[in-house]
Amino acid sequence: MHNYSLIIQIAYYAAAVLFIFGLKRMGSPKTAANGIYWAGLGVLVAIIATFLFPGIHNIALILVAIAISSIIAWWSGRVVALTAMPEMIAMFNGMGGGAAAAIAAVELLRLVGHPTLQMPISVEALGLGGALIGAISFTGSIFAFLKLRDWLDNIWFPMQQIVNLLFLFGSIALGIAFVITHSWVLFTLFFIASAIFGILMTIPIGGADMPVVISLYNAFTGLAVACEGFLLNNIALIIAGTIVGSAGTLLTLLMAKAMNRSVSNILFSKFGAAKGGTKVEGEMKALDIDDAAINLNYVSSVVFVPGYGMAVAQAQQKVWELAQLLISRGVDVKFAIHPVAGRMPGHMNVLLAEAGVPYDYIYDMDDINPDFDSTDVAIILGANDVVNPSARTDKNSPIYGMPIINADHARQIYCIKRGKGLGYSGVVNTLFFDEKTKMVYGDAKSVMNRMIQVLKENE
Amino acid sequence: MIIDGFTALYIFTLAAFTGYEVIGKVPVILHTPLMSGSNFIHGLVLVGAIIACGHATTLTGQIVGFIAVFLASGNAVGGYVVTVRMLEMFKSSKGK
Repeated sequence: MHNYSLIIQIAYYAAAVLFIFGLKRMGSPKTAANGIYWAGLGVLVAIIATFLFPGIHNIALILVAIAISSIIAWWSGRVVALTAMPEMIAMFNGMGGGAAAAIAAVELLRLVGHPTLQMPISVEALGLGGALIGAISFTGSIFAFLKLRDWLDNIWFPMQQIVNLLFLFGSIALGIAFVITHSWVLFTLFFIASAIFGILMTIPIGGADMPVVISLYNAFTGLAVACEGFLLNNIALIIAGTIVGSAGTLLTLLMAKAMNRSVSNILFSKFGAAKGGTKVEGEMKALDIDDAAINLNYVSSVVFVPGYGMAVAQAQQKVWELAQLLISRGVDVKFAIHPVAGRMPGHMNVLLAEAGVPYDYIYDMDDINPDFDSTDVAIILGANDVVNPSARTDKNSPIYGMPIINADHARQIYCIKRGKGLGYSGVVNTLFFDEKTKMVYGDAKSVMNRMIQVLKENE
Repeated sequence: MIIDGFTALYIFTLAAFTGYEVIGKVPVILHTPLMSGSNFIHGLVLVGAIIACGHATTLTGQIVGFIAVFLASGNAVGGYVVTVRMLEMFKSSKGK
């Protein structure tokens, strides 16, 4: 038995080193791709070693749970479209939070009806804290998933924040009451209150802010895992959980900064409820796809600005095909990426990379913005809020102050859009009413297809 | 190995700084993959779930333990698959 414990310690140590190394490699584009393999090896080593733990029973039960869940998770992670990645991350993260909460339940319910069992009060408190955070992350992430799927609208009701606070303090009070009484009824109520708080915290938040919220829940799950590490006296859990807790918190702050919002503003303001006071002048002018394509014969520079619409339509391949066609005719083509275009930071980069667009055609917002003054046509591919000029000018707009792509500085703007609807923030986009803007209605993929066809016919 | 309170506090503090430093200055393009990667790393919660389920003696304990292992494996496996898929994009585009 003693030898095993040494093996376990060595495995956990190796795992901790491998996570840090893997995470570090994931932090740089050149080494990112293999960073995950190192981290994966670390987790695998730690899990296998855990089976050597003294006194592990229910092995069959454990293996069945792992097998069923792994097959489902592997399959769903594999088949899901790249556009749906954000909600998959939310779902898997929520499962981790739920697991942390369930661990706390197994360990703490041991105390129920066994007054002789003693646990230091600090450990018990950490276990409960982890259960609280884990349960919030569990239901919060699931509701984030539902919202990103568009299966759920933003929900507001009167006194929302007061009700939320009541549930939070209620579950903390129930947790304290459990420590004193060790009653399983109180424990169950504690769990229910925490889970409801997770739901309440998530439902008023708009979809555009979901990436930041998912990142926050990711940090929550990390912290919950660390807490259960203290409860189980397991160093590997403490290290892995804490690293994710702090890295995730920093990542959340960085993401919020890229959107020029504060995390508290995202969590507690009814973003999207205010529609902004912009009075829109003029009207949207539609342009036929064929005419737009023919016009592209006479331009010398084009900048594509992709957004969520491109992701939904899965148009990235076709966009690159059109871009290559233009490049072959001597047109200067660039792609402009807003840091938070799409549903997640880096979302567009991933999609364009998938389509095979080389890095040197892809420009960050700050690098490309000065170029728009000398750009003939900016083609907006289902992007909306990130090109809305009212972010610069309209102090009443909820997106006021957010840095945007200066597509409105181009000589002409083609907006490829499915319909006349509002962007994710629910704010009117003044760019669509600009004199230089033409609306090309249609699904990004079919518009691209048609444009390629027309351009080829006009060779 | 039993970790005493202060050792645990040291581990916690150092790990927190490590996480912060490792993420420090990453380009925006890697925010999503990193979130996904760190989501996978806390899939290590499976270790805790195995221990909790493995030591459960009551029926309730076994049921909740089963749920813990089930959820934790989903986190670990799903988190891994999604991260690999996302990071493959970086690999394929680098060669071109």
